[in-house]
Amino acid sequence: MYRSHVLVCGGTGCTSSGSAKVIESLEKELAEQGLSEEIKVIRTGCFGLCSMGPIMIVYPDGSFYSGVQTEDIPEIVTEHLLKGRPVKRLLYQETVEEDVIKSLNQTDFYRKQKRVALRNCGVINPENIEEYIAYDGYEALGKVLTEYTPEQVIQIILDSGLRGRGGAGFPTGLKWKFAAANKADQKYVCCNADEGDPGAFMDRSVLEGDPHSVIEAMAIAGYAIGASQGYVYVRAEYPIAVKRLSIAITQAREYGLLGKNIFGTGFDFDVDIRLGAGAFVCGEETALMTSIEGKRGEPRPRPPFPALKGLFGKPTILNNVETLANIAQIILKGPEWFASMGTEKSKGTKVFALGGKINNTGLVEIPMGTTLREIVEDIGGGIPNGKKFKAAQTGGPSGGCIPEAHLDVPIDYDNLTAIGAMMGSGGLIIMDEDNCMVDIAKFFLEFTVDESCGKCTPCRVGTKRLLELLDKITSGNGELEDIDRLEELCYYIKNNSLCALGQTAPNPVLSTLKYFRDEYVAHVVEKRCPAGVCKGLLSFEIVADKCKGCTKCARNCPVGAISGSVRQPHVIDKAKCIKCGACMDNCAFHAIVKK
Amino acid sequence: MKSLEELRALKDKMQGKIGIRHDSDTEVKVVVGMATCGIAAGARPVLAAFTDELAKRGLNHVAVTQTGCIGICQYEPVVEVYVQGQEKVTYVKMTPQKALRVVNDHIVNGNVVTEYTIGANMNK
Repeated sequence: MYRSHVLVCGGTGCTSSGSAKVIESLEKELAEQGLSEEIKVIRTGCFGLCSMGPIMIVYPDGSFYSGVQTEDIPEIVTEHLLKGRPVKRLLYQETVEEDVIKSLNQTDFYRKQKRVALRNCGVINPENIEEYIAYDGYEALGKVLTEYTPEQVIQIILDSGLRGRGGAGFPTGLKWKFAAANKADQKYVCCNADEGDPGAFMDRSVLEGDPHSVIEAMAIAGYAIGASQGYVYVRAEYPIAVKRLSIAITQAREYGLLGKNIFGTGFDFDVDIRLGAGAFVCGEETALMTSIEGKRGEPRPRPPFPALKGLFGKPTILNNVETLANIAQIILKGPEWFASMGTEKSKGTKVFALGGKINNTGLVEIPMGTTLREIVEDIGGGIPNGKKFKAAQTGGPSGGCIPEAHLDVPIDYDNLTAIGAMMGSGGLIIMDEDNCMVDIAKFFLEFTVDESCGKCTPCRVGTKRLLELLDKITSGNGELEDIDRLEELCYYIKNNSLCALGQTAPNPVLSTLKYFRDEYVAHVVEKRCPAGVCKGLLSFEIVADKCKGCTKCARNCPVGAISGSVRQPHVIDKAKCIKCGACMDNCAFHAIVKK
Repeated sequence: MKSLEELRALKDKMQGKIGIRHDSDTEVKVVVGMATCGIAAGARPVLAAFTDELAKRGLNHVAVTQTGCIGICQYEPVVEVYVQGQEKVTYVKMTPQKALRVVNDHIVNGNVVTEYTIGANMNK
């Protein structure tokens, strides 16, 4: 029996900030002080506060340490774990208030969150099936197999109002109903873990922190539609997620929770992993299934929809990781409970990966209907360095930008679509006044041009031409007609592409055109980038009155573009200047300006 | 795993092991003085005796924590028991055997073991 549990985050975020070393030195220190028998160290999944990693929480008191370094470990062990005095200096400072240590749920970051899909992340050891079972794990599967008919299960999911969390928001229950209605000797359940949006890591965190919740849900789905085999399609770039998922599948088989005759009910179900090589298009359902079949990952026209002809030509359902992570909770707590959260047409919660110009970078789960302002200002802790909020980008390369005017819109599928953005899978990138919106559109277009599979012309050629137009504008050669050409081409690509990749690729351009058209015009007409980002439109100059002639800029210029003699104002040769900004960063007198 | 009953039995067993990971306020708190003086006087085996006995009896509503020196070093090992809505009780010169009795008499049956308290030991 352990008197204390120390939970250390082992998600990808904290692992890259050194949590593995922290765990190693913690275990060593505990052994040296003879505490290994009394204190248990558990490596968990993501806590969400990735910017403060490595994260460590000590129970039973619940003290929350952030930014833990290996040097801090001896002090924490001696003071806190042995003598019971939390090391206040190292605690997450939000939890320290004068002499009181607040619980985590009282901090700004967690207070407005509601964790359903992430309920076990940062709570259990994901590599131990018994800990998942202790938190009601596989209870939902047992209940479904012994008490409900497949039709009843589908009705529960329909009643809950759950919609697909991968982005499009199709009702999950309906998807299951269609697949259940089609008769076949073999059906499949697929889990889409091919999370590819830049900056998004919701699905990875669920797989890393609570892999059994996905496996259990897939088995429930298998029972509902009459499938005996499931596949998780996950990218090979997620090594920790793949490892934990493999361990989870092995353990579930050992415990008889996957395999033949589960719970003695005669129901058979098994799950296998298929690794993706990291092509963005494989997140599209038909391309994903083609890839599982062992062929090149390219989409195909729909209909026939997967519910009729999917993997290997058999009826198939495809659900996103986060969608599946909700299923067991809906079964156990009832559809009414789930439907009580959220807005009229979007029920439950949504996980967002919060990134960009925001203080609390990390993973958050909020009830649908929370406003973007609450996420940015309350949970996210606002914009760093006192800068002004400019826009939030949702949905990655398929989504759009939300300007400040719409910050108070309650987040749900329909509201976001109405303002030209989309829910997307959950990437949420915050931008401040230093971001150029034309440059942002260009960034996403570069991504889609790279990731277009090339099967259909509108996407393959159209996105390339779009990028060329954006290049022209940001390099200062744009004409006013180019903006109209951009818009026309966007609609053409949207209407004619084969799959969602092409159909949504122009969204970043369209939404920035809608809300930040003046920035495009400034680039074209005034040949000026208002945010000072686009290099082609910038020039650096030395203000002669302020220059002391210290020669520091000239010494730091990588191309020797600055000349002048000591104690005399210097000048920049614009023909040689590569606009790297090194001179400006190094000038002690603020004598260099960017125009 | 052959049946749902088996799953539930495993769940009950596991819940006892991870029960301390809840933030909720526990009804009873056992605080062991674990400063240098306490440890030197043998607080560690006392602490272990409490956790083991509580686990054996499946008393999930009791949290065992440590604290620093409260200034009565000659009475160490010192153990304080907080029961919600009652005055705290301070036990002194504890041993693992005394710990078992505190669990049995005080925590389970609600009778303070007066002879171990600081009041009874002050003038000895």
